[in-house]
Amino acid sequence: MDVVDQVYCGHCGLERSDGTHDACNERLRMEPPRYCTRCHRRMQVQVSPTSWTARCVEHGETSST
Amino acid sequence: MSTAAQETQQTGTPEDREILAIAREQVLERGVPLTEDQILRVMKTSDDALTDLLALAHEVRMKWCGPEIEVEGIVSIKTGGCPEDCHFCSQSGQFTSPVRSVWLNIPELVKAAEQTAATGASEFCIVAAVRGPDERLMTQMREGVKAIKEAVDIEVAASLGMLSQEQVDDLVDMGIHRYNHNLEAAKSFFPNVVTTHSWEERWETCEMVRASGMELCCGCLVGMGETVEQRAELAGQLGELQPDEVPLNFLNPRPGTPFGDLPLMESTEALRTIAAFRLALPRTILRYAGGRELTLGDLGTRDGLLGGINAVIVGNYLTTLGRDPKEDLALLADLKMPIKALSSSL
Repeated sequence: MDVVDQVYCGHCGLERSDGTHDACNERLRMEPPRYCTRCHRRMQVQVSPTSWTARCVEHGETSST
Repeated sequence: MSTAAQETQQTGTPEDREILAIAREQVLERGVPLTEDQILRVMKTSDDALTDLLALAHEVRMKWCGPEIEVEGIVSIKTGGCPEDCHFCSQSGQFTSPVRSVWLNIPELVKAAEQTAATGASEFCIVAAVRGPDERLMTQMREGVKAIKEAVDIEVAASLGMLSQEQVDDLVDMGIHRYNHNLEAAKSFFPNVVTTHSWEERWETCEMVRASGMELCCGCLVGMGETVEQRAELAGQLGELQPDEVPLNFLNPRPGTPFGDLPLMESTEALRTIAAFRLALPRTILRYAGGRELTLGDLGTRDGLLGGINAVIVGNYLTTLGRDPKEDLALLADLKMPIKALSSSL
């Protein structure tokens, strides 16, 4: 999903239209998302040595691959 | 002192040059670790002396450890929901961190070990965010380690918090070859970092591990607001414990934790710490662990590898992402540093 299609920030969970998220985008280069970008629920995130997966109870799984 | 050594020690203050000359004679030539007072003097050297300090630490590493770099991957088998209050940790259940609790199943654990082995790593560490392992976790470990050993050629390490003697014995039986339990901070600073258990409890687990025949991995986290004296104290305490490996973490301030607003450690300070730890622990595996990407960046990572470091964690960490393993492996190749192969005991 492109950043422009996301309603919520994957890093802080706030609405993307609510101020700038440049710092969040920078952090997402070195961290997996913690919030679902569609409903801002906290996700269950599993990091492995070369990938990550994040699961929202409502919207399913996203991953780095 | 050789003429070449004298030529390299011409920068910094007279005090800098004096302690570096002492370190050269004592640590490099005789292999005797610096004392806590001497470590403090190294940690107080000026930025002008940093190049010479790193060069000396690298010489010490090459002489007493050899040229090989040990590569390791890590994975969290149980993430989040920890009852402890380590103030740097996003996995504590006591803070408003966005990290949710999750367990890794055995097929995914084996897959993570395979990913690690594919990077050329010789070590795979399974980590759990717990005070200590309960029976559910020990059962998961027993089955998981067995599955890994059947599928992947790699040494398996573990980090499951504080242990009882019975649990130490169980881990030995599983074939765990190295156990990680960090001191995290100097004894005098520890109450500022953790209040739910004591520094002494950590020390006791480390002693049990060392007596068991497993290798002991015991490291720390710097940049948490400790004084330079406390950092020297910590290096001295690690020297007393004599672990086989010391993973060196730099604080990556995590949102929602009590240390979430602390600044990153200065890169020069981080490099000086690496070199000082090498001079305190001349024969120990000194591993780059979490936070190096933010604190040191690419250039600093290279400087640390030429300043005492002889092991790296490749790829991602437990809850954050690391550098692409290919970048680290390319850097090691560029530096002509061979990767340590699996031991013949496997």
